[in-house]
Order: sequence, then C-alpha cells, then structure tokens
Amino acid sequence: MKLGLAIDIDACVGCHACATACKEWNGESLMAGGAPDYDPQGPVPAGVWFNRVRHFEAGDYPDNRTLNVPMSCMHCEQAECVTVCPTGASYKRAEDGIVLIDPEKCMGCNYCAWACPYGARELDEQQGVMRKCTLCVDRIYDTALPEAERQPACVLACPSHARHFGDYDNPASHVSVLARERQGQSLLASLGYKPVNQYLPPRAQAQIPQPKAPPAPDTLKKRLASMVNTLIRL
Amino acid sequence: MKPALSVIFFTVSSGAGLGLAIWLVLAQWGWAAAGGVPTADQPLLTVAGIVSLVLVIAGLLSSTQHLANPRNAWRSLARVRTSWLSREALCALLWLALAVLHGVLSQQGSSLVPWSGALLLGVSVATVVCTAMIYACLRTVPRWRTWHTPVIYLLHALLAGGLLWALLRAATGAAGGLSNGGLLLSLLALTLTVTLLYEAKFSHRVTATLNEALGVPMQAPAGQVQGRVRLLDTGHAHRTFLTQEFGFVLAREQARRLRSLMVLLTTVLPILLLLLAPPIAPVLAVACVLFLAGALVQRWLFFAQAEHVVRLYHGQSRV
Repeated sequence: MKLGLAIDIDACVGCHACATACKEWNGESLMAGGAPDYDPQGPVPAGVWFNRVRHFEAGDYPDNRTLNVPMSCMHCEQAECVTVCPTGASYKRAEDGIVLIDPEKCMGCNYCAWACPYGARELDEQQGVMRKCTLCVDRIYDTALPEAERQPACVLACPSHARHFGDYDNPASHVSVLARERQGQSLLASLGYKPVNQYLPPRAQAQIPQPKAPPAPDTLKKRLASMVNTLIRL
Repeated sequence: MKPALSVIFFTVSSGAGLGLAIWLVLAQWGWAAAGGVPTADQPLLTVAGIVSLVLVIAGLLSSTQHLANPRNAWRSLARVRTSWLSREALCALLWLALAVLHGVLSQQGSSLVPWSGALLLGVSVATVVCTAMIYACLRTVPRWRTWHTPVIYLLHALLAGGLLWALLRAATGAAGGLSNGGLLLSLLALTLTVTLLYEAKFSHRVTATLNEALGVPMQAPAGQVQGRVRLLDTGHAHRTFLTQEFGFVLAREQARRLRSLMVLLTTVLPILLLLLAPPIAPVLAVACVLFLAGALVQRWLFFAQAEHVVRLYHGQSRV
C-alpha cells in the first residue's frame, strides 16, 4: 500500500479546519507523542503543528488567483528524512509507506527537519524530540471506529471536501482516480523525493471580458519626447 | 539556516584537532625514516598529541549541546549504512580509540607506530569528510550541496592543524620534526582559490523559485492559474520551529563584509605572515589566532548564508 492524501487546491478555502482538527486529534495522542502548544493562552502561542495552511496569490488582476496550500508530511517514497536519521528513530513503514518517528529513539538533532523540503517536521521543544504527521495511523486502522471514520482527522474535518485519503498503489482508488483526472502534481518534484501526496491544481477559469482600454491621448509632451528620441537616434 | 554556535565551535575545534593529528602522523613517518625520535623532539610529539586530543574532545562535547534530547545520543551509531551523521559519530569514536592506542604505542616507541599512524591519519580524514558530507548531502540546501563543502572542510582542518603544528614546533624548540611552511603556503593558496570559486558560484545563483515550489507556471493558456506567486499569509501569528530553524536572514551588505573579513583572516593574512615574517613562535601564534578566528567566521557564514528551500513556502521568491 502507498497511503497518502490528495489535496484539491481548487476546493480549499483556507479555513484551517484541517490544521485545527489535526491538533485536536494529535494534540495529546499517545501514538504521535503529541503536538504540544507551549503557552497556548500566553502572548506567544507557539507550538507544534503537523499541518500548516499557507496562503498565496498567483498572477495579477484580473487573472489573479488565491491559492490556499495546506502542507503536511508527504510520506515521500524517497524519504530523505529517514535516510539521514542517525538513530533509527525515523522510519518508513514497508506495509503502507507511512513515515513515523519513534520518540523513544529520537535525540533531537534536527537533521531530519533539515532534510525535509516541505517543513513537515517540527521539534517538540518540551520533550526534545521531533514530531510529524502520522497520517492518523491510530485512526485509519481502528476497527472500533465506523468504517467511514477510519480516515485522517484533517480529511474528515474539511468542510469543502478538498482533502482525500487513500491508497495510491491501487489505480482504482479514489485518490488515484482524482490524481489522474485532475493532473495531480507533486510539490518540488525536481528534488526527487517522490512525495506521495498529490496536489490537484486549480481548474481553468472562465475569462472575465475586459473592456479594451482606449489608447492614451497623444499629448504635446509625448510628441516632443518622441521627436527628441528620433534626434538622439540620428 | 540558524548559525548554532555549538555546531560552529564543534566543526572548527574538532577539525583543528583532526588536522593536527594528520600533521603529527606525517612527522612521525619522517622520524621513523630517520631512525627514531630525537630527545629534543620528544616534547613536540607529546604536546601535539595532547592538544589534538583536547581539541577533538572539546568539539565533540560542544556538538552534543545542540541535541534537544542528548540522552539518546548513544543511539546515533544505528544508521551507519545511510546517515552521514551516523558515520561521523562512528568515525569520531573510532578516532578517539585509535588516538589513545597510537599515543601509548608512540610513548613506548613501538615499531607499530607508522602503521597505527596510518590508520589514525585515514580515520582523521574520514571524520572530517563525514562532517562535511552531513551538509553536502542535503538536496534542500543548495549552498551546501556542492563539491566545495567537503574540500573546504578538509582544507580548513589541514590548515588549522598545520598552523598549530608549526606553532608547537617553534614553541617547543624542536630541532627536527616536520617543517611545513612550504606545504602550508600551498594549502593556503589552494584554500583561497576554492573559497573564491565557491563565493563566485553562489553569488547570483537561483536554484528554485516560489513558482516552482507550488507548480505554478509563469505563463499558461488564458484561464489557467499562472503568473508570479507571492505570499499572502503564512498562516501563523508567531514564531514557529520552521521560522526559527530556517528563517535566519543575513543582510547582504553584512554578508559581503563578513565574507571579505573571512577571506582576509583565513588566507591572505596567514599567507603574508608566513611569507614576510620569520617563523618564530609569536608570529605563528598570531597566524594561528587569525586563522582560527577566520575559520569561525567562515563556519558562521556557512550556516547564516545557507538558504533552505522551505523558505519558499514562507514567502521568499527564490533560494
């Protein structure tokens, strides 16, 4: 299995519900070891987030588009964070490709975070160990949950259905079909990490017809300038 | 990247200690070929050995300061097959064991000294290269992923060790022992060349842009998402681990000044001192201090100037 997410940039409204649901599920999870906040009610509410949503704008008016881009662990096939880890705390599961950290083994050297181009790993400054998205490994296999809820918390929380979870090894799975039909992209594919998570780019938009701007009036100043320019060129 | 002082001191101090060990072994081969260490040179051998060991141990202790959870440091040997950090830890431990063994053999005047020296020399070089490869193997930091990184680390180790060796040789009044002035000058010239090549290579280089990081083309058919991407909001109100670790910004003017200072301290001034001043202990001590100060600046810049690609997602248009 190659479990991962498909994230629809066209549908994402940038509400941060996924990030908040992630904190709610993983905040005190025994499996993940927690995503703590250091001083949540204080003046500097810093803490660990497994998923962060960033907001960008592409192009200029009237062809500008807002891009809300949630980013979490891509569970890369070529996971350099695992390769560089000296203690063996970081590992990639053979059965489903999920990249995890064993906090019992982590020495907090930050090397895996340096190796990750996506900013998916954050140090837990209280425990001194690295934290990251577990793809809610403690939900997706929990047979005590109804089958529809055996999905990552971020996917369940998304109000605009911009997040999808599934097995990319199965060409008929929901995420495989989406990635195929919507030309799913890998972020920073040029680095060669082969991220599993796919981003579905915004669909083409109908063009807003723009009135043609009238040509600028031929002022005396402009004509003089053009004459001077002609003279200079001679 | 955040310039962590513990790591900067570690790479400079350990590098100098390992470099000194290399010169020490070279000198021992010379003595062995000449039929043994003369009594007058004995203090040089002992002092250089101790200084080398102290520098390496001080560096290693400093390196553990940057671990958030040093209780698990002993586990760092677990992934020697894939991780350069693991390889470095293994080499460093091997070096400590070999250095003690070699020291004992040298004190006893054993006939095995040239052989244990050869091993020590090999492990010294390997340790420096492993340290450099920790950085040079990262595809996420373009300024580190270049052949210059291991070459500069190795040259700096040889220079720091070589200048210390020349100083100790002059200070202990050794009659024989390796006189390395000419070699040092060649190494300094080589370091100057490689440093300038490195700075030239990265002075205007763009490895990745924010558009590439989000897969947005600059131009596409009408209606498709296209055009220059800019950040609207990072989604967090305060510092994060990522902004602290990767967000360090060095003003360009400041960087230019520090680079000039670094080139002056690590190469130009030591070259002038070695060429124009007599090789007496005070002069060599000044050369050592200048070089080590320059090496610290070089290592600080190595981190401060390095830009991680995650900065693109925080709004930087290119790295």
